[in-house]
Amino acid sequence: MTTLNVTPLTRHQLAWRAAQDLPEGAFVNLGIGIPTLAASYVPPGREVIFHSENGVLGLGPAPQSGEEDENLIDAGKNLTTLITGGCYVHHADAFLMIRGGHLDISLLGAFEVSEAGDLANWTTDDPSFPPGVGGAMDLAVGAKEIRVLMDHVSKKGEPRILKTCSLPLTAPRCVKRIYTNLAVIDVTPKGLVVLEMVPGMTLEKLQAITEPKLTLAAAFKEIAPPKMAA
Amino acid sequence: MINKQVKTTADAVAGVKDGAVVLVAGFGAVGVADDLLEALHNQGAKELTIVANNSGNGDHGLARLINSGRVRKVICSYPRSGDYSAFLNAYRAKSLELELVPQGTISERMRAAAAGLGGFFSPVSANTRLQDGKETREIDGKLHVFEKPLKGDIALIRARTADRWGNLIYTKSARNFNPVMAMAAELTVAQVDNMVELGTMDPETVVTPSIFVDRVVVVGGNA
Repeated sequence: MTTLNVTPLTRHQLAWRAAQDLPEGAFVNLGIGIPTLAASYVPPGREVIFHSENGVLGLGPAPQSGEEDENLIDAGKNLTTLITGGCYVHHADAFLMIRGGHLDISLLGAFEVSEAGDLANWTTDDPSFPPGVGGAMDLAVGAKEIRVLMDHVSKKGEPRILKTCSLPLTAPRCVKRIYTNLAVIDVTPKGLVVLEMVPGMTLEKLQAITEPKLTLAAAFKEIAPPKMAA
Repeated sequence: MINKQVKTTADAVAGVKDGAVVLVAGFGAVGVADDLLEALHNQGAKELTIVANNSGNGDHGLARLINSGRVRKVICSYPRSGDYSAFLNAYRAKSLELELVPQGTISERMRAAAAGLGGFFSPVSANTRLQDGKETREIDGKLHVFEKPLKGDIALIRARTADRWGNLIYTKSARNFNPVMAMAAELTVAQVDNMVELGTMDPETVVTPSIFVDRVVVVGGNA
């Protein structure tokens, strides 16, 4: 992103930024990919309980060498652990928790988000592969608050925050907050409001790569990410 | 004396008819009754409709059934998982049909069948492509999609421990779809690691009660 003359957040820094906003006592589902990394960056001393769609309530970090259990995996089918106080449930109950509004927050990946908070994250409509939806629609409809983690633009540099999504929707009007590798943006009834940007980014430069109109929050500040792995 | 234990996996899947709806429990490779799927392959039933979360991996279990042309339709939420080349090849050759269903809707449709309900309205998939062809209704200002119950002719279950009545206990996240599928089929068959004497399971810890289980087979030599 040399033309913007800023350093975008790495995947881990993006996950770190989203994790800072998870409140004490929250039940949180992490989507596959970058959202999964957020589990490692909850501030020390804060108890956040992670839910996994395959029936794990109290998902822990990846297992230490020698502690792997092939019967304990997360939604991405990676080996995981259970924290003290955690438990197992069957699939219908795991999705009852999702659909019934029992989760406080779900962090999800996205292909596109619209200014109304429409989410497209389940299919790119590639005809050579079968579509897969998994738990994406359940999470988008059911969790009390949907927050999205995504790269601000596509690999071709095109906006992924759009006036209207071009890809098939996962659910309409569900996204409340967007974390990108360049900014933190809230979806509000008055439009998209920029809360934070990476150092050196300006509203003008961000607007040039974002389709809907952006406004700057009164309490705007710079993101100050810690140095960490890519 | 009630004794649901059968000697072999072949006994466990005996009688499955062509065209059967087969509930295949598991999430990825975890909690899958692989040996029952192999036995079903050997048993020979064809034109099967498979209900599963994923679509099989490699060339064993469900993937082997697909590679052998025995599967007419797959009802699943996420076929693209691991090495799903068996499904992908059949999908591209249009030799099987895919019904894509959100993951929570699959499990709830089976729960509805188990509970004797005629279906339910769900907000999941409303205003998306996956609501196409389904009845919709606005409930308390929110659009809902009508989902029908989904019942199996046979469920292939993987559990850790059974007793001779068929009470079942699972292992960690290998529980996944197993309890709901066990409730939702005409014939429920469980592959287990070991049997215990009736009465030794703590009644407070039984996950699947015996009423839902018809046959049990031990795989792995702890019979």
